[in-house]
Amino acid sequence: MRHIISVLLENEPGALSRVVGLFSQRGYNIESLNVAPTEDATLSRLTLTTEGDDQKIEQITKHLNRLIEVVKLVDLTEGAHIERELMMLKVRATGAQRAEIKRCTDIFRGQIIDVGPNVYTIQVAGAADKLDAFIESIGDAAILEVVRSGVSGIARGEKVLTL
Amino acid sequence: MEMLSGGQMVARALEDEGVEFIFGYPGGAVLHIYDALFQSCKVPHILVRHEQAATHAADGYARATGKPGVVLVTSGPGATNAITGIATAYMDSIPMVVLSGQVPSHLIGSDAFQETDMVGISRPIVKHSYLVKRTEDIPAIIKEAFYLAATGRPGPVVVDLPKDLTNPIDKYEYVYPETVKMRSYTPALRGHSGQIKKAIQLLLGAKRPVIYSGGGVILGNGSELLTELARELNYPVTNTLMGLGAYPATDRQFLGMLGMHGFYEANHAMHNSDVILAIGARFDDRVTNTISKFCPSAKIIHVDIDPASISKTVTADIPIVGPVNAVLKEMLTQIRATRTSQGADAGPDEEAIGRWWTQIDAWRASHGLWTAPRYDTETGLIKPQQVIESLYRATKGDAYVTSDVGQHQMFAAQFYKFDKPRRWINSGGLGTMGFGLPAAMGVKLAFPDDDVACVTGEGSIQMNIQELSTCSQYSVPIKIINLNNGYLGMVKQWQDMNYSSRYSESVYEDSLPDFVKLAEAYGHVGIKVDRLEDLDAAMDEAFRLKDKLVFLDVYVDRHEHVYPMQIAPDGSMRDMWLSKTERT
Repeated sequence: MRHIISVLLENEPGALSRVVGLFSQRGYNIESLNVAPTEDATLSRLTLTTEGDDQKIEQITKHLNRLIEVVKLVDLTEGAHIERELMMLKVRATGAQRAEIKRCTDIFRGQIIDVGPNVYTIQVAGAADKLDAFIESIGDAAILEVVRSGVSGIARGEKVLTL
Repeated sequence: MEMLSGGQMVARALEDEGVEFIFGYPGGAVLHIYDALFQSCKVPHILVRHEQAATHAADGYARATGKPGVVLVTSGPGATNAITGIATAYMDSIPMVVLSGQVPSHLIGSDAFQETDMVGISRPIVKHSYLVKRTEDIPAIIKEAFYLAATGRPGPVVVDLPKDLTNPIDKYEYVYPETVKMRSYTPALRGHSGQIKKAIQLLLGAKRPVIYSGGGVILGNGSELLTELARELNYPVTNTLMGLGAYPATDRQFLGMLGMHGFYEANHAMHNSDVILAIGARFDDRVTNTISKFCPSAKIIHVDIDPASISKTVTADIPIVGPVNAVLKEMLTQIRATRTSQGADAGPDEEAIGRWWTQIDAWRASHGLWTAPRYDTETGLIKPQQVIESLYRATKGDAYVTSDVGQHQMFAAQFYKFDKPRRWINSGGLGTMGFGLPAAMGVKLAFPDDDVACVTGEGSIQMNIQELSTCSQYSVPIKIINLNNGYLGMVKQWQDMNYSSRYSESVYEDSLPDFVKLAEAYGHVGIKVDRLEDLDAAMDEAFRLKDKLVFLDVYVDRHEHVYPMQIAPDGSMRDMWLSKTERT
C-alpha cells in the first residue's frame, strides 16, 4: 500500500542526505519527495511517499525516528488527511487544440499560466491520481514537459504535526 | 573567560570529558590539533601504526570499560582507513567518538589534497556525524558527540573538523557545556509498565521458557539483574556471541551460546521453547537460521532500547522498549510482588520447569560441548579447542579475551567460559578480521593489571600485525594466542562442506612468516608450540612473563572444523552438523 510519511526535520545541512541515504541503504523506495523550511526556520517539513506492507512501513518509520535530526513524523495515510501535489505542464497547443486544452484545464480546475503562439503552460494542483488523470486526458502526444512537486500532505481536523 | 583556539578547544574538551586515551595518527589536516595536544593536553595519545587499528583499539577500550573510545585521524586516507573500525563499532553498538581532520573550509568540494567527504562516506555506519562550521561550536559539538555515542543504543559518532577552524591564531571563548538537551533525541529511560506486566504473566505461565540475551545486556550493564531474574525463576539462559559473559557461563542454568555455532542444548531449547524472553538481542541471521522455521511454538517477549530492533526479523508478541537494566528491575519487582500476593499459583509451574530441565540436561549430556570432549582427542595433534581450554586454565577463567574472526573466534566463544561481562571482546556484527590485536591493546591500556589475551589465527593476525610496533612503543604486554593451521580456517571449512574441498585462495602454502622471529623483531617474546605436551607449560610461561608481550604460535590440527554448525539454507535452529559425519 502507498503511504505518505511526513517528517519534521532539523533544518541543518546533511539532514536530508541522511533520510535519503536511509532509504537506499535499507532497500526502501521513495516514490516522491519534497522538502522545505516551515514557519519555524530551524525546522524543515519533508513529505515522502513510499510503498510497502505494514511491517515494512513500521520499519521505515522506526528507522526514520532513529535519525538524530528527525524531530517527529507521522504516517498521514493512517488517518484522514488531505494530499496535494502541484504540477506544471508545457503542452503543444495549436489550432483547434487550443480550445480543447483550455476546456480540459477548466474541468480539472487548472490554470493556464503562460501562453505562447504554439504552447500553453498549465498549472494543476490536486491529489496525485488527479494529476495522473489530467495527463491522460491531455494525451502524451501533446505534452512537451511535465514538472511535479511531489506529494505534500496534512491531516484533517485538529490533528497537527508540530513540536 | 578563557580564550582558546579551535585546536586547543579539542584538546581541552577531551580533558573535560574525562577521556583516558586518544588513539590516533597525525597528518596535515590535524596538525593544529596535534600541536595543541603536544603543548597542553593531559590525555595520553597512543600512536598506532594504521588508522584502522586506532578505531579497533578505541573500540576494545570501550567494550571493556563501557566508556566511549576516542579516535583522532587526519583527512582523506586517515579518515577512510578508520572506516572499517567505525563500521565494526556501529554493528556492535559500541560508543566511540571519531575526530577526523578535514581540508580547510574554503577548499571543501574542490578535490583538494587528502580531501574526502568523511561525513558522506561514514553516513551509513555512524549513529550521527558533524561537519563543524564554526570554531566556537567545537565544545558543544564534542559534548553532544559523547552524549550521543554513549546514551540510548550506543554507537560511533564522527566529528569532522576543517583545518582552518583549528588554527592557533583565532581564539574564542571556551565553555564546555554541563549538559546536553536535544529536542530530536530522547532515548527511553524505562519500559512501559503495562507491557512489562503482560510479559510477566506470559513468563510466569511458561512451561518451556528460555532467556535469550544479547550484547545489549552487556552494553546496558544489565548482567547482575539478568542473573538475578534467571535465578529467581530457575529458567535456562543462553547468550549470543555478543552476549557471552552477561550470564555466568559456569552456572548450571547457562546453556552456552546459541546460533550458527551454538550449543546443541541451547539451540534445541530455543526451538522447543514455548516462551522466549529476548533481551538486548536482535534475532540476527546468525542466530535464527531460517526465519520461517524459527522456534515454531514460542511466544516472544522482546526487550530492547532500540524500537527498530523489535519485530525487524522476528515478530515480537510483547515488545518492550527501554534500557535493559530498568526493564529487568521492574520485571523483578513485579514478579516478586505477584508471587507475594498470589503465592505458588503465580508461577512458575515448578513441575513443568522441572521436566524442562530434565529434557535440557539430557540434551546437554548427549551432545553438550562441556560435558565431554566432542572433538577427536586421539589424533596426537593439538586441537584448537584444547588451546582455548589451556588458556582458560592458565588465566583461571578471568582474562579479557579479544579475538579476530574465523574458526578461532568460535572456538574461543565455545570453550572459554566467561563468567563476567565485558571480558569477551570480539567483532560480532561486522566480523572484522584484524580486530583482535588492536582491541587487546585498548583493553590492556585500560586494565594494565589484568591478563589480556588475543585469540587469533595466522590469517587475521596479519591484517593488523603492524600494531606489534605500537605495543612495543607503549609497553603493552598482551598475550597473542595464534591458532596456526596454515589455512583461512573458516573459509576452508565452508569449502570442505559446500565446495567439495576446493580450497580456492584459502591456503598460505609456505608463505607464512616465522611468527616467533617476527615477534622478536618487534622486541617481544615469541614461543612456538607444535606438540600437545608442551602446550600448558608454554601457556603458563606466556602469562608468567607479566611485562612481556608474548606471541604464542600454536600449530593446531589443520583440518579441524567448528561444530555444532547449523544447517543452512532451510534449516531450523535445531538442525545442526555435530561433526564431519554426524547431523541431527
